[in-house]
Amino acid sequence: MATHQIRVTVNGNVLEAEVESRLLLVHLIRENLRLTGTHIGCDTTHCGACTVLLDGEPVKSCTVLAVQADGREVMTVEGLEKDGKLDPVQEGFMQEHGLQCGFCTPGMLMTSYALLKRNANPTEVDIREAISGNLCRCTGYVNIVKSIQYAAAQPR
Amino acid sequence: MIPAEFDYHAPSTLSDAIALLSGLGEDAKILSGGQSLLPLLKLRLGQVGHLVDLSHVPGLEYIKEEEGFLKIGGATRESMLERTPLIASKYPILLDTARVIADPIVRNRATVGGNLAHGDPANDHPATMLALGAAVVSHGPKGERTIPIAQFFTGIFSTALAHDEILTEIRIPIPPARSGGAYVKLERKVGDFATAGVAVYVALGQNGTVEQAGIGLTNVGPMPVKAAEAERYLVGKKPDAAVIAETARLAAKATAPTADRRGAVDYKREMARVLTMRALKSALERAGGK
Repeated sequence: MATHQIRVTVNGNVLEAEVESRLLLVHLIRENLRLTGTHIGCDTTHCGACTVLLDGEPVKSCTVLAVQADGREVMTVEGLEKDGKLDPVQEGFMQEHGLQCGFCTPGMLMTSYALLKRNANPTEVDIREAISGNLCRCTGYVNIVKSIQYAAAQPR
Repeated sequence: MIPAEFDYHAPSTLSDAIALLSGLGEDAKILSGGQSLLPLLKLRLGQVGHLVDLSHVPGLEYIKEEEGFLKIGGATRESMLERTPLIASKYPILLDTARVIADPIVRNRATVGGNLAHGDPANDHPATMLALGAAVVSHGPKGERTIPIAQFFTGIFSTALAHDEILTEIRIPIPPARSGGAYVKLERKVGDFATAGVAVYVALGQNGTVEQAGIGLTNVGPMPVKAAEAERYLVGKKPDAAVIAETARLAAKATAPTADRRGAVDYKREMARVLTMRALKSALERAGGK
């Protein structure tokens, strides 16, 4: 069994682990680190429930090997809250009822967070395009879009 | 789902990557963005002994114009195509294409070279590169070679690359002034493979006749389709409504789709015809012909 020693920064904390070649990033996050906010949905690169940021870019962590994160920075939904204060995207999803069952929410939040970092004033089309790789099976997209607009409107 | 066991290698130079591939033999596969390969391994549709990751090999991600070509590094991410102003201003056909590949999150990982080297007739770049008359540059144990895209696809999931050859660059001739291209894809939803997709490139002469034409089609045959007969017909003509209609008819004739959940054979062939008309009209508009 081929294993590798990796060093990954997760939500600002440096982590060292010995991982199998075939270990997926989402399993490293959920099982080794017990950060279960990142969900496994379809497990086939479609739904986006497992979206995390890899060096600031949203990726589907079910389709990245853990060893590929070696030397890089990962941010999960647990990294959004800073000093007990919710990130504006989290605040937005709360205020605008951006979730029903909540399963897609961690992925939606990470994609929204990355969108607002790149584009502080997105149009509705920009928002819908950005989250087009994140599926909400409750079909609550109207409120998800409003939630992201709420976050975009917060003073920064 | 977890892939079957394999060993992972992360060479830091191109020559190390080639040496690894040569040494490990056919049991080793190149890992680029991984957005097709990893799902395939997870679903156990494929199994490999070794993955050779290109992400630590420097100098494979770039988009630049040089020596009469637009050069795209093999490991360039699709999202980089979307965010490069030169692509939006001068190569809108590539922007059309990148924007309909999978979804924005997948495009942060997926690479242009991988989209071609995977040899999947459902992938979108093959049609575009066929239309643009691109060439693929590869590096292997015997050095560098350039493969015209029309000779690159050799069968379903097969290409002209040897197992130890790495696709390092895509070269597209810089288009002349009165030229334009467009890619039109019919998909059921974001992230789906094409029901049908058509890429058209045209260059116009001073009097408005078509001097150069390229037409490539996605997912309507066992390989990416180059509509050679339609291309030959279009060259030398003034592209009026009748010529556009006949070009589209000939392009549809070149397809060999199979029936699946995306539609029946006749439906797909008809969509290939309709999409060729749309792509050709759009390409002509961009060329300034209409």
